Amino acid sequence: MTSAIHVQQVTKRFGSVQALAGVDLEVREGEFFGLLGPNGAGKTTLISALAGLVRLDSGHIEVMGCDVIADYRNARRQLGVVPQELVFDPFFSVRETLRIQCGYFGIRQSRERDAWIDEILENLDLTSKADANMRALSGGMKRRVLVAQALVHRPPVIVLDEPTAGVDVELRQTLWQFIRRLNRDGHTVVLTTHYLEEAESLCGRIAMLKAGRVVALDTTANLLRSFSTHALRLKPMLGATLPTALLRRAENKEGVWTIAFDQFEEIEPVLAELRAAGCSLDDLEIGKPDLEDVFVRVMRGKVEAGAEVRA
Amino acid sequence: MTGFSTLFYKEVLRFWKVGFQTVAAPVMTALLYLLIFSHVLEAHVQVYPGVTYTAFLVPGLVMMSVLQNAFANSSSSLIQSKVTGSIIFVLLPPISYRAFYLAYVLAAVLRGVSVGVGVLLATLWFAPLQFVEPQWIIVFAMLGGGILACLGVIAGIWADKFDQLAAFQNFIILPLTFLSGVFYSIHTLPPFWQLASHWNPIFYMIDGFRHGFFGISDVSPWQSFTIVTTCFVLLSALTLEMLKRGYKLRA
Repeated sequence: MTSAIHVQQVTKRFGSVQALAGVDLEVREGEFFGLLGPNGAGKTTLISALAGLVRLDSGHIEVMGCDVIADYRNARRQLGVVPQELVFDPFFSVRETLRIQCGYFGIRQSRERDAWIDEILENLDLTSKADANMRALSGGMKRRVLVAQALVHRPPVIVLDEPTAGVDVELRQTLWQFIRRLNRDGHTVVLTTHYLEEAESLCGRIAMLKAGRVVALDTTANLLRSFSTHALRLKPMLGATLPTALLRRAENKEGVWTIAFDQFEEIEPVLAELRAAGCSLDDLEIGKPDLEDVFVRVMRGKVEAGAEVRA
Repeated sequence: MTGFSTLFYKEVLRFWKVGFQTVAAPVMTALLYLLIFSHVLEAHVQVYPGVTYTAFLVPGLVMMSVLQNAFANSSSSLIQSKVTGSIIFVLLPPISYRAFYLAYVLAAVLRGVSVGVGVLLATLWFAPLQFVEPQWIIVFAMLGGGILACLGVIAGIWADKFDQLAAFQNFIILPLTFLSGVFYSIHTLPPFWQLASHWNPIFYMIDGFRHGFFGISDVSPWQSFTIVTTCFVLLSALTLEMLKRGYKLRA
């Protein structure tokens, strides 16, 4: 399978801040790829570099085989970017905005163009607002128009930089249904989000960035297997305390103790220790591994040396 | 549509949608200048023989409107889209820096000329005008509008906030246009200010433009043409270089 995005040894410094410190990344055609990291990790800088908004200090990036600097025209035609900021041009209606965006990509006025604009509007539930001025739209609707703008030129690669920030649940679901469909139709999707459950359910592979470096890169399933564990959550009854041996392994958060474990066979010895110590419980719960757990471990540097995974 | 024609269309649509502010208001301002200055000075000043002061004033006001509005268009469009972040919509598509330059400059010239034509039509009733050498009218309107449009692009890209742009406009552009012979002939000035006026490129734009109406000017229209063309070429080169490098547009 060919690369939709190829990032090789990319560095970028803003003053004293090393935003990207030698990033290598490959996103395959047709993938739903997640780019995660805390604020300031370099996600938006990397996306900006892909889109030609940021000039690299070194390294090179290709989108669908087109170099983003040497062959910038073709590279930009392959890419649709939904920016993080809620930006809009207050002079135009939704339809005008989309027609203008088509023109920027050299798409002339035609029935096919108008039909595609109508289809995008319908899929994003914007048809009734097509002739409304951008200023008159709610934040969620403006966000949908940003998605529509990124899609007008039918780019094979779509990059969404935190598209659901501040968006209500209903719209989030509508948006993901549409993006999933585009992915099924063959579009490569790259997503950055702070909602880790979204990344977990949508992305086939995930890269985690920290201080401008890729610190974890693998399929979502492998990341969950490699870095996350099940969690046994115990809430002792009032006055009861965990036995000392368990206290060493447990983390306390608001009165609930969490003990990580890999195999279910490890639960019985824990319960035996509790019984032996006469520790009665109010509540007991077994939690599944999740991406948040992986994220926290990776970002805290709890990954063992050499455990950085590349796929 | 190509990237260039769409960007040009967008820029024209942008000012046209707020036509009262961008076209009608400057015409009104110029008309007020004309009414006040001609009322006060008509009986006292005759700059060129056989040309009334009001008739002398009209081409100056027309050209001043062309220049100020060409600058206002490109500069305000750029600073607005930079501050709001919507500049990203023209930076993401495959639009070349040359197309970017042409679209912004031509749209700004179009707004300047639209206002200029509006001022000319509105003032026709007040003074009988001649069009002795109309080719100079067109040449200087285009070149002057082009120069101020380039300055608008440069200022719009350079400025990070509206305050900086206002400083550029009020401390550089406005004094240069007001002190360029719009309201007087530089021959009426003391020697020092006559000399200083010769270092103001806008003086040559106004003088050459006025020559097109009356066939009379303070300096030869060819001298003005040479200076104005040189300024246009230099400023265009600077604008294109800034856009090519992505100065303050691409980090």
